[in-house]
Amino acid sequence: MTSTPTRPPAAVPASPSPAAPRRGADAGRRSVTASAALLRVLLLGTLAAVTVWLAPALVARESWVGLTALVVGAVSLVAVYSTSRFVPAKYLLPGTLFLLALVVYPIVSTLQLSFTNFGDGKRGTKEEAISSIVGSSVEQLPDSPTYALTVATRGSVTEGPFSFFLVDTRTGEVSVGDADGVQEVEAGEVTVTDGRVSAADGWTLLTPRQVNDAGAAVQELTLPTEDGAIRAQGVARAFEGRTVLRHDEATDTIVNTRTGERFGIGVVGDSEFFVGPDGRPAFSQSWLQGVGLSNYERIVTDDTVSGAFLRVFAWTLAFAVLAVGLSFAVGLALAVVLDDRRIRGQRLYRSLLLLPYAIPSVIALLVWSNFYNRDFGLINELLGLRLDWLGDPWLAKAAVLLTSVWMGFPYMFVVCTGALQSIPGELREAAVMDGARAWTAFRRIVLPLLLVAVTPLLIASFAFNFNNFNAIELLTEGGPFPPDSPSAGSTDILISYTYRLAFGGSGAQFGFAAAVSALLFLVTAVLAAVQFRATRSLEDVN
Amino acid sequence: MPSSTTSPSRATLLRSLALTTCLGLTLAACGGGEGTGAPGTTPSRVPASGESAAAPERADADLVVWADDKRAAALEDVAQRFGEENGITVAVQTVSQDLQTNFVTANTAGNGPDVVIGAHDWIGNMVQNGAVDPLALPEAERAQFTDIALQGVTYEGKVYGLPYAVETLALFRNTDLVPEQPATFDDVVATGLASGAENPLCLQQGQEGDAYHMQPLYTSAGGYLFGTTDTGEYVPGDLGVGAPGSITAAQKVAELAQQGVLKTSITGDNSISLFTEGRCAYLVSGPWATADVKTSGTPYALSPVPGFAGMAPAQPFTGVQAFYVASKGENKAFAESFVLDAAARPETMRALYEAEPRPSAMREVLAEQSAADPDTAVFAEAAAGGRILPALPQMAAVWEPLGKAYAAVINGADPAQTMTTTGETVRASLQ
Repeated sequence: MTSTPTRPPAAVPASPSPAAPRRGADAGRRSVTASAALLRVLLLGTLAAVTVWLAPALVARESWVGLTALVVGAVSLVAVYSTSRFVPAKYLLPGTLFLLALVVYPIVSTLQLSFTNFGDGKRGTKEEAISSIVGSSVEQLPDSPTYALTVATRGSVTEGPFSFFLVDTRTGEVSVGDADGVQEVEAGEVTVTDGRVSAADGWTLLTPRQVNDAGAAVQELTLPTEDGAIRAQGVARAFEGRTVLRHDEATDTIVNTRTGERFGIGVVGDSEFFVGPDGRPAFSQSWLQGVGLSNYERIVTDDTVSGAFLRVFAWTLAFAVLAVGLSFAVGLALAVVLDDRRIRGQRLYRSLLLLPYAIPSVIALLVWSNFYNRDFGLINELLGLRLDWLGDPWLAKAAVLLTSVWMGFPYMFVVCTGALQSIPGELREAAVMDGARAWTAFRRIVLPLLLVAVTPLLIASFAFNFNNFNAIELLTEGGPFPPDSPSAGSTDILISYTYRLAFGGSGAQFGFAAAVSALLFLVTAVLAAVQFRATRSLEDVN
Repeated sequence: MPSSTTSPSRATLLRSLALTTCLGLTLAACGGGEGTGAPGTTPSRVPASGESAAAPERADADLVVWADDKRAAALEDVAQRFGEENGITVAVQTVSQDLQTNFVTANTAGNGPDVVIGAHDWIGNMVQNGAVDPLALPEAERAQFTDIALQGVTYEGKVYGLPYAVETLALFRNTDLVPEQPATFDDVVATGLASGAENPLCLQQGQEGDAYHMQPLYTSAGGYLFGTTDTGEYVPGDLGVGAPGSITAAQKVAELAQQGVLKTSITGDNSISLFTEGRCAYLVSGPWATADVKTSGTPYALSPVPGFAGMAPAQPFTGVQAFYVASKGENKAFAESFVLDAAARPETMRALYEAEPRPSAMREVLAEQSAADPDTAVFAEAAAGGRILPALPQMAAVWEPLGKAYAAVINGADPAQTMTTTGETVRASLQ
């Protein structure tokens, strides 16, 4: 991974750049510079420490891209802040680094991921898949004994070579063996306590911890026997088993040693598997592979994906626009009403209206989802209705919007209250003096001024609701679903729909999910660009 | 995608990067993707995004066990004893969210636990990800466990986990409302409707449907999910959704919905509480409901779910809880010894039962439990008569569409057409 764990000094205040080079101008200025210098040294020192702390780990993981990013980031920060030569960079560099680390890097790595088949069954390397296939084929020989195992060595307890002292759990016969084979041990040569070899002349017996620490050297040691091999299982047992499958490197096939069947590599879907003669995967284990544009192809060509796309996209837009529009309308109306000084208990009302904002959204959504229950929900019980809120496509849409408005209006209310208070009262008074009615004054004077302040927030709100996964998933889970389409529900927005496609169907498909994310990013970026362009017209008001 | 051969100490860094990636992108739910509707304790809703990204960090100990919150506490003593016997430190870590996904991801990255505890229907996915190793369980040790439990942990002919408990659905009856035990499901409907209770039956479906809880009725009407070989292994190629039996089942569901017996308004959130409040004559639920029902003081009796009159017996899914050895754990030798020796003791089985009463997978312990607690005996009987939950990874493609088909049928969609379309959808996503 290309990590860029740069931690730029968050702020390097009090660096009066133009004056800084002129040292010793006066005493007061010098003291400011001294404390600024100390702060600078501290922050740059922290940066250097972090760099030195991270670098060895990156080297150990051979993450050269990450190391380069780290070094370049650190060097540029030191260069910019330890000298006074690059003044504009002092303002731009931290933001740029954050942009690279938090925006550009995730996008690039998502794009990279979208060209792979990364997902369940396709997580590791080919070698890991082969070792898992072969390893899983070890079977215990029928009616073979199990052994109480004592690992011993004549060499080192960490390096071996290791031998196994085995006590047959049924007959009590003792034997010893290593990679060359197994021989019986005469009674008297070793001491057996509690059915286990506890001492042997000339041998060092390993403790359980030493066996564990020896790791693969013990775990992979096999003692050949007539029908198979004895191998350790855990620190104190061994069994006789047979590996049915092996990997033939020359032909890159998996061979069944018992039946002679061979499984070569074949492509199923977009990934390589070891396949049987019928071309179907013989083993479920596959590995991480590059698959080119196949994930993007699937988005366009797969009927279940593209079929409902437009419908879902239209509802996503409608949901985002309506959720923002309605909560803004409600918030603004309340703000205007409560802006009137004649209202008693203004503060109390304002605090009460903020309550929905104070409840964690996850909890609020789950509670609301229970409110909508047809038979037991609060709404139907209070109103004496029998509406199937979450079972009817249009009512479910209304329910989602209602809850979104409830959750969103306090924010709009706060924002509008603040913006209204910043609009000078004289403007309205002047309009009224000129004969405008209250409504005209509001529409022509107050609203345009208000919009200048809140439009960027409305756009941010829109972008948030466009991808408001929680609101859909926790309220309706995308439902209700038409009987012929279990993948696209009536209230699904793009993000909940694609989440289900990527993680619902056949386990997690990260590569496909990344491709969908990349497209969603594109859509959101285009929408944002259009909106920002549109807001320029508002600047005319000023 | 640069492969990450991560050392454990860098886990935090990687995770923060992963989190950043998640937040930076529109892909809101990053970790995600546990088998939907998998039985577990109480089917929970999708976790909020962000929560799932916070994967646990491997503890610093000689043997690390990951379990969900309920079993972790029960294992503490067992683990400490194993630690003392071998002179090592053992850490039992609680992973309450998305244990399977977190385990598979951490194991692939090389910083996972040595032992993990979970439901047997994870095996298919864990095997395709190379995350668990088979256990060589000698014949004599196999004989200690009940047949259904062993069948659960056996996948493609290999034993992958050491079973310790089984769980399945049974029928709770409010004996105030319905004194007589029903012989068939038709009796359940008739007595439920006649009882005067607000709801004759609490069988959770919700707007998304719930294929797990519908399974007894589905099988009684002749439905099956995947065909089996002679030895009882499921065949992914033989899909039963959309087959005639499943259509009969859907018609039964529609009929029950018209009678007001099945409702989408009864969900996982309210079904147990409706029963304990006396507002349901019957409840179809698992051992996880017993504690609530007992605490509420509702007079109840428990029996296996009966089948429809003149049709096949009702076979709920039987799930098995088991211990697994992680394929890439740092201490595989200790892990294997822990699972085969320490976990397979009757004392361990008893401790786990104390923490959460579910019929033991060990014959000896099950006999004690059944004698001491009639409820456990009923659940054990129901589990033995159930159908083992398929561990195939393909099940992920079945749960959601099938559940939604049930919900659509209950809401009035045409049963035959809905089930046929659902069969086609599932078949298409299995390709």
